[in-house]
Amino acid sequence: MEIYLIIMLVLMILGSIYSLHAKDLLSAVISYGIVGFGLVISFLLLQAPDLAIVQVVVEIVTLVIMIAVIKNTTHEENEKSFSFSTIFYLAVVLVFAATFFIIFDKMTGTLSSFGQHFTRMSTAYIEGAHETGSANLVTGIVFDFRAYDTLGEATVLFTAVIGVLTILRLKGKKKDYK
Amino acid sequence: MILFILCFILFMVGLYGVMTRKNLIKIIIGVAVMEYSVNLFFILVGYVDGATVPILTKGFEKGPFVDPLPQAMILTAIVIGLATTALLLSIAIRLYRKYGTFDIRKINSLKG
Repeated sequence: MEIYLIIMLVLMILGSIYSLHAKDLLSAVISYGIVGFGLVISFLLLQAPDLAIVQVVVEIVTLVIMIAVIKNTTHEENEKSFSFSTIFYLAVVLVFAATFFIIFDKMTGTLSSFGQHFTRMSTAYIEGAHETGSANLVTGIVFDFRAYDTLGEATVLFTAVIGVLTILRLKGKKKDYK
Repeated sequence: MILFILCFILFMVGLYGVMTRKNLIKIIIGVAVMEYSVNLFFILVGYVDGATVPILTKGFEKGPFVDPLPQAMILTAIVIGLATTALLLSIAIRLYRKYGTFDIRKINSLKG
């Protein structure tokens, strides 16, 4: 079980590295799909079928939007030109990686190791599941115990849709103020 | 532990893409990869060995479940991630229509 997850994660890492270095933007987007669908299989292995279903839909929609963007613009990667700023940015990435790894190491030290998780917070949710009337605990939590989260999600989605419509509007308002 | 570290490496690949790539689409891909790795990390933390899907079925009413709370949180986060990616891509289209390129070194004029 754990070995399958390791294989999926290594595949996802390789796919994302190839995607960032691909010569053509279309192949970059398609190999980015490896990451998303690898995530779907990982969710299934980790006993999270709700997330797997949502992730499949989200990944397909993301890929369709990205391919539509590339088809309407260009799929040429811009020409390479070596500059010293690349080395500077690589150094910044290394500094970030070192800092994050120290924090990550401290943080995961307090977590229990993989598979030994103790459901401390959600015991009340699991025991009170019959009050919600939902057989699925995840939807029970999302729509009953934590319904305000869904309200916030709807707000964010609404804002994003308004933003996309505003940005992609073809004509601006006529400037006839005098 | 090796799974957590692989997840961390995936996050770092995304950060590397955001910092060093010069193409807007690849920067957006880097952001999305970072987001996916964080989602996966939460679910990895909530996994319990030998536990079942958190769905109440006959014979599994009490049985050990994987933690449903991170799953509920990440369900929200995935959809929000789609919204942010769509917003970033629409900004990229707008920039392409103005400048004719995705190269961020050429998108450098602040004039309206």
